[in-house]
Amino acid sequence: MPSKLDNALGIHEAALRLRAQRAELLASNLANADTPNYKARDIDFKSVLAAAQSAQGGGGLQTTHARHLSETGTAASPEVLYRIPVQPSIDGNTVDAQREKSEYMQNAIQYQASLHFIDGQLKILRTAIRGD
Amino acid sequence: MFKVFDIAGSALSAQTLRLNTTASNLANADSASSSTEQTYRSRQPVFAAALSEAREAVGVEVRGIVESQAPLRQEYRPDHPMANEQGYVFLPNVNVVEEMANMISASRAYQSNVEVINTAKQLALKTLTLGQ
Repeated sequence: MPSKLDNALGIHEAALRLRAQRAELLASNLANADTPNYKARDIDFKSVLAAAQSAQGGGGLQTTHARHLSETGTAASPEVLYRIPVQPSIDGNTVDAQREKSEYMQNAIQYQASLHFIDGQLKILRTAIRGD
Repeated sequence: MFKVFDIAGSALSAQTLRLNTTASNLANADSASSSTEQTYRSRQPVFAAALSEAREAVGVEVRGIVESQAPLRQEYRPDHPMANEQGYVFLPNVNVVEEMANMISASRAYQSNVEVINTAKQLALKTLTLGQ
């Protein structure tokens, strides 16, 4: 039964987790904006979410026996990639503070959007339980 | 999500230290002395990514403070109380213009990290009200 509840929130739960992780990465880029030889990093949100989606949509492991463990919809730890610098500096740092700031803001808004979707799903569930 | 506070916090303390060394350099920009050994030398912090090998979000740390090896200024001022036998005084190798640029860079970096913390705080508070 708890797996049903997990599915009720859909892909948004995985998306939220990924957004939080991306916020940490972008914060680390901004924190190291003046660190020599630091390379700015990010995750490819689209591909990781697609992997999570296929795992949730039954594209993952098949169970052929009742006692097989079912696969949970958790996305594998996302692959961290390096950003391609527009204007690399002479000290080897590739952080573009403006870009990181705008990405961080965008990520924050998308995080709130995911929260909103989860909130909506919870409201639906509550309405169904109460029946009024 | 909570790692954002640690990461941006490490950047805040690193940038504060950078501001401190800038203040020290500017305050001592004209501290004369009678020998090269006793003269104040420009101090610069060395930033490094904490655990730079880790493939995840990292903060910034100050590896140490180095003294600039640029040549000292030497001036002929026989009436100066600190002048040596030949009538010379030694002045620090602080580049005031460079220090001003450093100061502005540090204060801007501090501001953007405060913004990162504020945004993360808002997101965390929103998450707490989920389902209400």
